[in-house]
Formats: sequence, C-alpha cells, structure tokens
Amino acid sequence: MIPSAEKIEIVRQLQAKIDAMQGLGKPLREPAHGDLAPFTAAFPGQVFPTGAIHEFISYEVTNAAATRGFITALTGRLMRKGGLCLWISRNRDIYPSGLRNFGLEPDRIVFINAAHPKDALWILEEALKCEALTAVISEIRELSFTDSRRLQLAVENSGVTGFIHRLCPRAENALACTTRWKITTLPSVSVDNLPGVGFSAWDVQLLKVRNGRPLSWQVSWSGSSFVPLGEKNNSEPLLNKRYTG
Amino acid sequence: MARYVSIAFPHLLTDYVARRHPEFRASPFVLASRRHGRMVIDAVSKKAAQKGIHTGMVLADCKALFPKLEVMETEAGRAEKLLQALAEWAIRYTPFAAVDLPDGLVLNSSGCTHLWGGEAAYLEHISTKLGSYGYTVQIAIADTVATAWAVARFGSHRAIVNPGQQRQVLKSLPAAALRLDVTILARLKKLGMQQIGSFIDMPPSVLRRRFGQELPKRISQALGREIELMVPVKPVEPYQERLSSMEPIASNTGITIALKKLLDTLCNRFESEGIGLRQCIFRAYRVDGALQQISIGTGHPSRNVNHLFRLFEHKIATLEPALGFELFVLEAPKVEKMTREQAALWDAASQNDRKVAELLDRVAAKVNPSNISRYLPVEHHWPERSMKRATPIWEKPATGWRSDLPRPVHLLPLPEAIEVTALLPDYPPMLFLYKRQRYTVVKADGPERIEQEWWLSDGLYRDYYTVEDENGARYWMFRSGPYDGERPKWFLHGFFA
Repeated sequence: MIPSAEKIEIVRQLQAKIDAMQGLGKPLREPAHGDLAPFTAAFPGQVFPTGAIHEFISYEVTNAAATRGFITALTGRLMRKGGLCLWISRNRDIYPSGLRNFGLEPDRIVFINAAHPKDALWILEEALKCEALTAVISEIRELSFTDSRRLQLAVENSGVTGFIHRLCPRAENALACTTRWKITTLPSVSVDNLPGVGFSAWDVQLLKVRNGRPLSWQVSWSGSSFVPLGEKNNSEPLLNKRYTG
Repeated sequence: MARYVSIAFPHLLTDYVARRHPEFRASPFVLASRRHGRMVIDAVSKKAAQKGIHTGMVLADCKALFPKLEVMETEAGRAEKLLQALAEWAIRYTPFAAVDLPDGLVLNSSGCTHLWGGEAAYLEHISTKLGSYGYTVQIAIADTVATAWAVARFGSHRAIVNPGQQRQVLKSLPAAALRLDVTILARLKKLGMQQIGSFIDMPPSVLRRRFGQELPKRISQALGREIELMVPVKPVEPYQERLSSMEPIASNTGITIALKKLLDTLCNRFESEGIGLRQCIFRAYRVDGALQQISIGTGHPSRNVNHLFRLFEHKIATLEPALGFELFVLEAPKVEKMTREQAALWDAASQNDRKVAELLDRVAAKVNPSNISRYLPVEHHWPERSMKRATPIWEKPATGWRSDLPRPVHLLPLPEAIEVTALLPDYPPMLFLYKRQRYTVVKADGPERIEQEWWLSDGLYRDYYTVEDENGARYWMFRSGPYDGERPKWFLHGFFA
C-alpha cells in the first residue's frame, strides 16, 4: 500500500521533532545552506545541522590550517545573509586576510584570545548562548563530556552553530557533539593541468554524525564552492584572478 | 543654599605622633625644628598646651621651665600630607572635601547632612570618628567657608550657624577669626577694635581706606557676599551616586544589594538625560579607613542595569570587606550619548547588536579587553601590516579585503628560519628543512615580491613562494633579500588551508 501524501507529511514533521529533541538543530530553519552539498547527504533530512555543535580534530599544524579553512568555508556559507561570528583561539596566529578566500568577510569575525582554557570554555559557553551570533568557532584542546553536554544545551536553546576545533587532543573522548570531523590536506587541484599550486583540496572525514551515516569525501575549494574531486569543476574558475608567479 | 563644614585640628601633628607612638600619650611633648641656630617649637600636644607652652617658643626656655618635656623633631611637609589624607578620608561625608592649610579641612556638605540625620548628627559623626582616631578637632557648620572657619576656631565646638545668621555670630568673635594679616590685626588692636562686632557694620569704603583691600574682602566672604573658591582634593564627578549604611556591610549579599540600588539610581538618571556609561567605578569605603574599588568598562554606551550588574558580578568577590563597608560610591567617569543610529552595527537587527555588545562586555570583564579584536583591511602589501585592529570594535572597513593573492590562514607571528635547497637561484625551493624535518616540494608558485615600505621601516624585500609538499600540505615561505654573494635567508611564514 502506498502511504498517502498526508501521512508522509505527518511522518516528516514527527521526524523533524525527533531530530530537534536529539540536538540536531531547530527543525523549522530555512534551508539557507542548501549549497553545502556534497556534505548534506550524510545528514538526516539532507540538511546540514545548524544550531548544533560540530567537532573537528587535527594533529598537525598543516592539517589544522586545512581544518581552519574548511570551518571558514562552512561558516561563510552560514553567514551568507549577514551576521556575526566569534572566533575564540589561544594565540594570535589566525591571518584574517587569508580567510577572505574561503567566502567569509574577515571583518565579520570578532577574534577573542583566551590563553587560559578555563576562560576559553566560559567564553565559548556564553557566546553559544547569545542568539545574536550566527556561529562560534573555538580552538580548544581538551573538552570533557560534561562540558560538551552543557555547550549542546546552550546551542539547543539559542540556535547558534558551534565549531569546536581540537588541536592535538590527548584523547578522542566521546562528546555530546552532533558531528565529529577530521580534515586532512590533499594535493591541490590544478585547472587544465597548469603548473603550480592549484585549489586547496581536502580529505573530509565525517567520523560521527547523530542519526546520519558517517561518510568521507575528497573535495576541493574552488574559491566559491566545494567541488568533489573527480568531478568536473563547473564553477567559474578564479584562475584569472589568481596570482601565479 | 550651600553649607560648609570647617574642621580645625589644633594639635594635628602631635596627635599624629601620639597615634603612631602610644608611649607619648601620657606625657606632654612638643615638636621642634631648628631655625636660626636654635630649636623652636612647631607643635604642642594637648597636655603641653595646658602647661602654657605654645608654638613659637624657644625649646631651651621650655626645657628650663619643664625639664621633663619630651621633644621630637618636626617632619617637614607632614602636615600637608596628613591633611591631604584626611581630606580623602572625608570624601565619605561629601564629594567635595578640600584641604585648608595650615591646620584644617573644609567640606561642602550641601545636600549631604540629611543622610546622617541632620546637621548636628553629621557634625557629631565626623568629630567622634576623628576623635576615635585620636585627633582633637573643633568643628562648625555655616553658610560660608569663612564663618565656619571662624566659629570652628574661636566659637563653641560643634557649632551650627543657622542660615543667614553669620553677622550675629561673628559679632562676638575676635578680629583674628577673620583670617587677617598680623599687621592689620595690630592696627585694629591699636584702635581698640578687638571684636568683629566693633567694625563689621562700618562702610567698606572706610575700612578699605584705613586697612587696605583685605579687611572688607574678608568681611564680605564671611557674610557670603563674595564667593570663596576652594579646590577639592578629588574632582567631583558629575555622575556619581552614593549610599551610606548605618551598620557596616560585610556580606556579599549586602554589597550586591547596594550595588544594584546605586546602579538603579544612576541608570534612571542616564535614562532621563539620554546617555549611557562607558566606564564605571564602584568604590567601597571600609570602616577602618581603607578604600577598595572595582571598575568595569563597556564597548557601547549602556544603561541596562542587569547588564552592568553582570559585568560587576565577577569582581564583587575581589572586594575585601573585613569588618565591613560603611559607604558605597558609584561613579561614571566616562559617559556617552546614546544615539539611535549607533544601533545598526553589523547590519543585523539592532536588538542583536545590543546582545553582541553586551556579550563582548562580559567577555572583556573576564579576559583583558585587549584580547578582543576585530580586524579591518589596510592598504599595505607587507603581510604584518595589511590589517589593523578596529577601534572601536564596530568600526566599518575603509577599503575592501583583497582576495586575488594567495594568503595563508595561519600566519606565524614571527617568521621561522628554514633551510632550503633550490635548483637555481630565484627558483622555488625543491626541499626545505623545518624543525629538523625534511619536506619535498612537489608544486610551487611564486615568487611574489613584497617590498619593504621604506617610509615605515628599513629592511630587505621578501620573495614569497607558495609551496606544496607530497602530502598536500601547503606552506608560505619567503627569501629575504637577493642572492648577492651571501646565501640569503629563508623563512617559513604561514600555512595554507
């Protein structure tokens, strides 16, 4: 028997409610980030969860830079319609000029340096409670399950999207975050076999996702969108704008 | 109507010495200093004064009369320092406290006395408090500084001169009560005019002809016809609220209530004047005379009581009440007009901007405000100078960000030296050694030459290369200067995403 359209609609609504209860963001959010393909395939309802906490782990400084780029690109997508984001870090080593290439206006970010992990955690929690922000990016090394639970509760109320970037954590302990990602660098993608360094490419591993299926992708950032490797780059190449020695 | 309190310390220095050295309290003693080769008495303790010793006497004469007299050397400048400290202490009674050299204080107590339950209670409170510290004081309150001064020194202790009664009160006082010069006093004495009453009603022109400008001026100051200017020890803040308590407050709850009450009054005032505060100081005066304070700052003018209280909240614990605080003062040294158009900061709803501003204020209260920054592009090619901190934090960018050049996301605060092998000079590197690890370069872009801005600093230009190793990690490195004889130095400066 084929279920009626009415029933499908009821099931869809119930599913959305369940997702909301499970900390997968607010169900009635407009899909402003439909262009987060190809990653949406892994998530329930094919929607990238906002109002949730995403955890990123990296161990080397180069992979950390790649993770930063990836987070910036995601945040840039979320902030297409304006908004403000907070970036909490330990050191002043983020170079705002470099973030522009990932679709995020650097002057829309407020950087906060918190040398002490305790302060950083306090600021992170306060920031995640502030509905006026779109996203909060935080570079914290260690996070306990209890703390992550509190952060999760904060975003469930406020709808802020949190990105936690853990560089060299002592253990990959279980957290109450919605997802866990690992980004590693891949050889860059040249367009039309031109010499030199091409577009940044990453191996994106989604290790954990609540209610979805963990996947991994190999993508490159074309300057305006994610392009899965092995596919033809359809977006307008920015090569003419790039400076190549 | 202005009311002034004059406090006279007849034994200021000796009281101070007795406070520091309790062993002197029992016996008469004097302070003396060397003048023209002999010791002259500068200050006399109460007990010594009762024996007939007065300032200006030669020490040798006194010693002849009272062989047991204790003597100490006078400390130069001590009286000024002491009065300054006492005036600062007296700020708990009025925001306007001034030093009145050589031996007194003047307080402008207008609008303050009712907080202590009237003028009599006010004077009593001050004099008992100073008395408990060991100071002998004479105190009076009047409409003018000059009358208060005169009554404090020549009238009865804790005298209250009712408004407009200066003339009647002054009439019975000696001429010296007008703070006159010695020569004028001598001339008045010669003419038999020993009391103020005998000349106060004379026409000023007559007095001026006989005694010069000073006498009529002093009379009109005493009667309030002429304003006498005083300099307060602390400038009076226009936005200040104070709350005194009958019992010392030592608990956090009590301090919290006091702070909330003060914030309420101050913010109500701001509301009516259309301003908000940028800086706020909360001072607490302790029973033992110590002063403690906590301060906050906001990035945005604010008059939201809850928000301001949350900023103070963490710092309340740093106050040490010990035996308790008896007075709280809240002042706003920096205020700003709150305008409507200021609202739109990040082209989101103004409601959101306020929330963000308040969040940043809270963060600034936790970590140093210098740790919060937003960056704006600046037209410089030199990487370290290509951006600046936005001040204030919501400043709009003057130019756009450049995105046509490759720039790393991670820039090392200081470029780190690396060892490089290049095929040919001016070629990108083939290999490089960074932190004792060898990296093979697979792809490279460059050079992008960035010159030093000679008008800003000297130094070599940099040739930047973007290189990628076999793992796909991308680096930004530069060669400092040209190949001319010496091997140029190479540095790693950043990591690309």
